Amino acid sequence: MNPFEVLRFALRGLAANKLRSALTTLGILIGVAAVILLVAVGEGSSQQIQQNIQRLGANSLTISPSTSGGGGGGGGGGGGFARLLGGGAGGGRQQGSGPRTQAKDLTVEDARALADPSGAPSVKSVSPVVSAQSQTATYEGASHTIQQLVGTYPSYFEASNKPVVKGTYFYNDDVTAARKVVVIGNTVAEDLFGSVDPVGKQIVVSGVPFTVVGVLKEAGSSGFQDADDVAIAPLPAVQQSLTGFGPLGQILVQAKSAEAVDSAQAEVTDILNQRHGITGTATADFRILNQATLQETVSAATGTFTVLLGAVAAISLLVGGIGITNIMLVTVTERTREIGIRKAIGAPRGAILGQFLVEATVLSLVGGLLGVAIAVIGAQFTIAGVKPVLVPLSIVLALAVSVAIGLFFGSYPANRAAKLRPIEALRFE
Amino acid sequence: MTGQAAPVLDIRAVAKVYGEGETAVHALRGVSLKVERGDYVAIMGASGSGKSTLMNIIGCLDVPSSGSYLLDGTNVGVLDEVRLAIVRNRKIGFVFQSFNLIPRMSALANVELPLAYGGVKAAERRTRALAALDQVGLAERVGHQPNELSGGQQQRVALARALVTSPTLLLADEPTGALDSKSSDDVMRIFDGLSASGRTIVLITHEDDVAAHAKRVIRLMDGQVVEDSRRSPVGGLPPRLAEVTT
Ligand SMILES: Nc1ncnc2c1ncn2[C@@H]1O[C@H](COP(=O)(O)OP(=O)(O)O)[C@@H](O)[C@H]1O
Ligand SMILES: [Mg+2]
Repeated sequence: MNPFEVLRFALRGLAANKLRSALTTLGILIGVAAVILLVAVGEGSSQQIQQNIQRLGANSLTISPSTSGGGGGGGGGGGGFARLLGGGAGGGRQQGSGPRTQAKDLTVEDARALADPSGAPSVKSVSPVVSAQSQTATYEGASHTIQQLVGTYPSYFEASNKPVVKGTYFYNDDVTAARKVVVIGNTVAEDLFGSVDPVGKQIVVSGVPFTVVGVLKEAGSSGFQDADDVAIAPLPAVQQSLTGFGPLGQILVQAKSAEAVDSAQAEVTDILNQRHGITGTATADFRILNQATLQETVSAATGTFTVLLGAVAAISLLVGGIGITNIMLVTVTERTREIGIRKAIGAPRGAILGQFLVEATVLSLVGGLLGVAIAVIGAQFTIAGVKPVLVPLSIVLALAVSVAIGLFFGSYPANRAAKLRPIEALRFE
Repeated sequence: MTGQAAPVLDIRAVAKVYGEGETAVHALRGVSLKVERGDYVAIMGASGSGKSTLMNIIGCLDVPSSGSYLLDGTNVGVLDEVRLAIVRNRKIGFVFQSFNLIPRMSALANVELPLAYGGVKAAERRTRALAALDQVGLAERVGHQPNELSGGQQQRVALARALVTSPTLLLADEPTGALDSKSSDDVMRIFDGLSASGRTIVLITHEDDVAAHAKRVIRLMDGQVVEDSRRSPVGGLPPRLAEVTT
């Protein structure tokens, strides 16, 4: 009795009851496909979130005023944080909700102190940020509400990872001269100018004319907010015309390298503590968001999420396995007489055991392979706003588990069949 | 073929009890029996006298409660499951009253099955199975499944399956019990032919007509042998064939 023959007997056994075999296969198929797809969705959303964080700029620290309520993340260019962490309010708060009584605002002087290389050697650049939400911009009759208008220094472009694709950035003399120039995001450019080249044109923002000098590279929408619906202008220009010379919404600090981020954070903390008179156990009146730390936290969270999805799917795989046991038990019972006949003509125990084990394994393997196929096809589509990313390990694992389930859950009925004494099996009604 | 060689069957004081205590049924109460190579034995007896029980023990499908049993000189009682499967496969061919063919498998596949379990290669298997089916006169029906065959034809397929491995011992438990007289004659003629060619046969029947084919008739009653009569010599032709030839 060679393995090929055992396989042939098994296939013949399965073919004898096609509908039942198909339904059992379906159970495993759904389980395997669910595991792979859900893990892929988890991985996809995890990667999407990681990308969003990276978009905030490499090696950057975002300093925002800390309000007692917490959660009121500062506004400004790093609005992505608020988005990601569900702070929601964005920069809208920075002027309305004042910090605690003795708390000090973030000022341009703070920013200047942070930029001092002797006090903060790990810091590469410092960009003070104010921002104004929902500003209406017009150009020759076309009108568009810019979600976020940022006033800052030229270093902001690099620190926040917002490269310009058309035209130029603005420069330090634009800042000192408080020139009304602006770099606009892709959405703004499309809404106001359509196919016209915006560079050199003048737009009017809340009654103040600004000259467009550049267009930002498209960032793509992330989550609910359009990262391209922004405009960036020199700090004093925005303060003069729109926000007034109040406190800063944020200070964006870029460290010299990825390794320097932590020391930069320490330096920044020291300087600000000193400047704001925070000593000992007093709570700081500012918060520092570290892009790297955030990434770690978020990836840990999304990891848990993926595991959870996988666990839910694994349960359905288990249910599929129980389905196999059930079917194999029915099959064995139904074919007890046949087993008796086979044993009476000299079938060795191994052949009977092999036949039923192979039957169970074929069911689960076919189900598993079809499940993989369906998952791979399904992963080509966007599911719940997420582009699934297949994790090869999950495919291997799901397939291996489905075969293991076939072997494990099939072995009990198969063993029962093989152990029957021929006469008992033959007498079975 | 002489008394010198070990008998094919040597049953010594075999007893079988089903159940225990008050409800225990003594199906066999110490049966001793020897069957020489080439013999053709009919076991007769009323229903419930223990014929099938004895047959199942001889066929290694069941184990006796006590006593020992030598098949072809080997004590079967001490064999493990693996060896027993080999004995069933190589030494014994079993024909049941209810045919016991495997459904949804062609006659040919059914006959090939014992050879497959015996590890015979596919090509040889096919040749031998076709030869066996030819021997029982079913060369034209090899592709048919059991439900496409008449009772007599099914029993002949079962017979082909039993003899395809050239077993030392051919056992048949009321092989004609479910057949009409015409089919019975066909089947019995095949048994006679097999006996004439030297095969050892033990069959159960309660019909005198069928028993008349055998060289030796054993009668069972309440689990004991009550009569053992020889109708013709072990080495000769079976009675019916002898009649025809003389
Ligand atoms: N599996 C069994 N369990 C209990 N009693 C049985 C079993 N098989 C047979 N018997 C009993 O053993 C006796 C002999 O049965 P059996 O050998 O089948 O007789 P026969 O074949 O001569 O008709 C009967 O009384 C029967 O009821
Ligand atoms: Mg009987």
